[in-house]
Amino acid sequence: MSTIRFEEVGHQFGERVVLSDVSADLRESRVGIIGSNGSGKSTLARMINGLVHPTSGRVIVDDLEPARHGAEVRRKVSFLFSDPDAQIVMPTVGEDIAFSLRRLSLEKTAVAARVESALELVGLPGYADHPAHHLSSGQKQLLAMASILVTEPSILVCDEPTTLLDMRNTRRLAELLSGLSQQIILVTHDLDLIVGYERVLVIADGRLVADGHGAESVAYYRKLMS
Amino acid sequence: MIGVYRAGNSLLHRTPAGAKLLALLVFTTLLLIFRSPTTMGVGLIVVVLAYALAAYTPVVMLQQIWPMKWIVILLFPFQWWIAGWEAAVVVVGTLVLAVAAAGLVSLTTRTTDLLAVIEWAIQPLRYVRVDPERVALLLTLTIRVVPVINDLVHDVRDARRARGMERSVRAYVTPVVIRTVGYAERLGDALVARGVDD
Ligand SMILES: Nc1ncnc2c1ncn2[C@@H]1O[C@H](COP(=O)(O)OP(=O)(O)OP(=O)(O)O)[C@@H](O)[C@H]1O
Ligand SMILES: [Mg+2]
Repeated sequence: MSTIRFEEVGHQFGERVVLSDVSADLRESRVGIIGSNGSGKSTLARMINGLVHPTSGRVIVDDLEPARHGAEVRRKVSFLFSDPDAQIVMPTVGEDIAFSLRRLSLEKTAVAARVESALELVGLPGYADHPAHHLSSGQKQLLAMASILVTEPSILVCDEPTTLLDMRNTRRLAELLSGLSQQIILVTHDLDLIVGYERVLVIADGRLVADGHGAESVAYYRKLMS
Repeated sequence: MIGVYRAGNSLLHRTPAGAKLLALLVFTTLLLIFRSPTTMGVGLIVVVLAYALAAYTPVVMLQQIWPMKWIVILLFPFQWWIAGWEAAVVVVGTLVLAVAAAGLVSLTTRTTDLLAVIEWAIQPLRYVRVDPERVALLLTLTIRVVPVINDLVHDVRDARRARGMERSVRAYVTPVVIRTVGYAERLGDALVARGVDD
């Protein structure tokens, strides 16, 4: 597993402090992040691949600082967002997955083979020539996942990947996630998804208020909210 | 609709994208040079045959030009009135045939292949510091974003109706703008995360 290290990380948007003094070393293969709306979870997660830079302290992913070596870090760290429509950039399913491989200068047949195996992995075999727009939300999220996994990242950060999905698709995505060999950092409001995780961070008002086993952190969070 | 590639294995599907684009260019140029009703007749036969080569019926061809029905309905009588029936046939015919031919190219060619040709064709723009890959990406995104924005506009229209504010322009424009900007922001984040700038 990789190590994601937060060293006294803080973040301000202008005057507004949204994260302060977060320190944690994440080496577990499954890490959850929970907390109420606006507590700073997304801001924290985005720092892992350099979408947001800390305004104090620093983040280190396997000896690399995302704020300085964004491109290198993003080659290892992929990010799954909530809105599937915003993650798909090509008109057809196969083309969107192939877009992730554009820098590798592979042969056409090699690209097609990798596209198809990514589609099989997420449970959408044979969809390569399907217009992305005609997929259901759940299928779109699976496509977004395929487009990410085809690059074989070592870390997968997911920010509420199931928010827009129904129960069946949530389960499908959860099953897919649990079968992956990657290190996964999952931000979610769905406590069932992370209760079995080795480690769960609880964020409240921009501070890390609990850090422990899934069951432990979830119990703490439930009490905090009641 | 632009960019709606339909998988297939016809002769036209297997023809390289560059050849199809070149043929499209030659075809429309010929229509513009030999401006006569006869040319339009020949052009129509050529287009119908080309659709047949791709194993498409004239119905598919009609679907391609259907979105421009209002332009045709308004333009044809207008042209007839000011310039005579021959001019009307030429003007409207050129338009319809060009759209039908372009539609056939997009039906039989993957967007990525089309863009690769465009990217290659605009390589000289490098000398004026335009990045051809960027331009190609921008074109792709446009094709991809059109149906998303279309859905968003429909959503907003339904929401407005649900609240009984059909007549309010503000209840329409404000949410459309806010949601489009939000979508653009999320799309931007996703592009950065997928390494577009790296
Ligand atoms: N670009 C921005 N500019 C200004 N303020 C921002 C920006 N992004 C987030 N914020 C603010 O930072 C705070 C934390 O936001 P963040 O998105 O990290 O919360 P979150 O825990 O992910 O919430 P949610 O559960 O709603 O997704 C919020 O109060 C939010 O309004
Ligand atoms: Mg969030």
